[in-house]
Amino acid sequence: MRIVIIDDSGLRATVLEEGLREAGYDDIHIVPPRGGFVARLERMAPDVVLMDLGSPSRDTLEEMLSVSRALARPIVMFVDQSDESMIGAAIDAGVSAYVVDGLRKERVKPVLELAVRRFNAFARLQTELDEARTALSDRKIIDRAKSILMSQRGLSEPDAYALLRSSAMNQGKKIVDVAQALITASDLLGGGL
Amino acid sequence: MTIIGTTPLRIAYLPLTDSAVLAVAREKGFAEEEGIALDLVRTVSWATLRDRLIFGQVQAAHMLAPLAIAVTLGLSQQPAPLSAPYKLNVNGNMLVMAKEFAQALDPDVAARLNDPLGTAHDFAAAIGLWKRKPVIGIVHRFSSHAVMLRYWLASAGVDPDRDVLLRVVPPSLTVEAMRAGEIDGFIAGEPWGSAAVDAGLAEAVAIGERIWRRGVEKVLAFRTPWLEENSQVVDALIRALVRSAAWCDDPANHEALAHLLSQPHFVDQPADLILRALSGRITARADMPPLDMPDFMLFSREATPFPWRSQALWLYSQLVRWKMVDHTPENAAKAGSVFRPDIFRRALAESNVPIPGASMKVEGAVAQPLAVGSKRGELTLGPDRFFDGRVFDPERIEDFLASF
Repeated sequence: MRIVIIDDSGLRATVLEEGLREAGYDDIHIVPPRGGFVARLERMAPDVVLMDLGSPSRDTLEEMLSVSRALARPIVMFVDQSDESMIGAAIDAGVSAYVVDGLRKERVKPVLELAVRRFNAFARLQTELDEARTALSDRKIIDRAKSILMSQRGLSEPDAYALLRSSAMNQGKKIVDVAQALITASDLLGGGL
Repeated sequence: MTIIGTTPLRIAYLPLTDSAVLAVAREKGFAEEEGIALDLVRTVSWATLRDRLIFGQVQAAHMLAPLAIAVTLGLSQQPAPLSAPYKLNVNGNMLVMAKEFAQALDPDVAARLNDPLGTAHDFAAAIGLWKRKPVIGIVHRFSSHAVMLRYWLASAGVDPDRDVLLRVVPPSLTVEAMRAGEIDGFIAGEPWGSAAVDAGLAEAVAIGERIWRRGVEKVLAFRTPWLEENSQVVDALIRALVRSAAWCDDPANHEALAHLLSQPHFVDQPADLILRALSGRITARADMPPLDMPDFMLFSREATPFPWRSQALWLYSQLVRWKMVDHTPENAAKAGSVFRPDIFRRALAESNVPIPGASMKVEGAVAQPLAVGSKRGELTLGPDRFFDGRVFDPERIEDFLASF
């Protein structure tokens, strides 16, 4: 079974490809939706096409599916249109799938389920990455505020942090917000850092 | 009227200038005043907008009118009966072509735009002079713009399926595709034509409003069963949108509206590009002063939101003409019933909004502003002529089709 993954994000496509290979599929191709990707896809004659629901190029792909002469058999969306929970899961995960008509449901279903799981895993990964990035920049801000307090007020590092934390608690704010305000004020007053 | 509590409602839209009425309904509180907590879901392809609607992720969508008909007729993936009780705008498209291509057309751009028939013939000649079959970007096979482009090209004997290559390019990628030389021009909703003109990549060749003076564009589409079961919410939403549309049409609000739409979570393009379509001041070529096109895009006046069944049938006639669907009485009935003037009337029954008394009219018959029968108040319809002078009698679709 030939599976083509159309994806802008190299990482997500790799995550999906890996999963499919682990599950024993070996005829997998990744095509980025750029330039003449539709002609390339046509030559590949895939049995299943997986694509990010958020890609603007879905309209271009669907046009190809509706006029293509190379793909003799029509392609329908999703495994079985009566399978509402499957469709819901795919849309929530952001997967769209096009399947050659006539391909047996039992053969396609595991591919789609795997794609849904991997898309979800990728989304979680991205969220964690974003959170990690935010945490990192929060830490930098807090470090800078601490060093301002240490040099201006002659505090030790633990005391500087304790002061930031108690101010934040008293004001009902996040430490990072108090730290940012301190940095801004220090910059405005020419705090000499 | 007091509504206790609010009903959440999710509507999918594409980042285009003509999503204005939905954006304003949310941002200016018109939806909230009707008891609706509007959640607008930004979507970047028509396929995904369609899937979100028919698989129930959203309750309604800012949809290409021909796509709503195509989905109902089972021509676009999963078939589902859709209903459009409200038109979000009329007009608002522009065909732009690469400067080198446009050199073969009338160099007086204003004259070119004002004479679509002459320009169509010049365009036919330009095809022969071009280095290859011109590739024209359309946003979807079932888009109003593609339908109008086909109608316009065919008037000069150009077969849009043989003499040019129509390639589907999503609106947000049109300018990039021009720059890469993948397409020689495109027809799309604003602000994309203006963006290509502004980038010095293209110039205006035809304006939707000059092809069909009141051309159907986006509709608000619902799944029919959902629409039938949720009449109170649907009616409240229509009332909110009618007020939002009046706000959007008011020239005093155009700058604020352009600014609102320019934000990253809406259209995410410069406010000055967006303003052009709203104010009807169109820059047709980067080095020229803007041209006045006061009817470039309408939201409210002349009962713009009213979904005339005859308009749905005209679109259907064009799908039949280009062999996308067979003409049968059942298909015609299904297509016509996508537009729901009955729901529009019901929603506004208690209001003082003037509503046409009829649900169908002969399309293309109004040459001058015309006062028509309305349930209350005065209603004037704007000119709705087709540039080739054809008229469409919805009771005689076969005769109309035979005329091509």
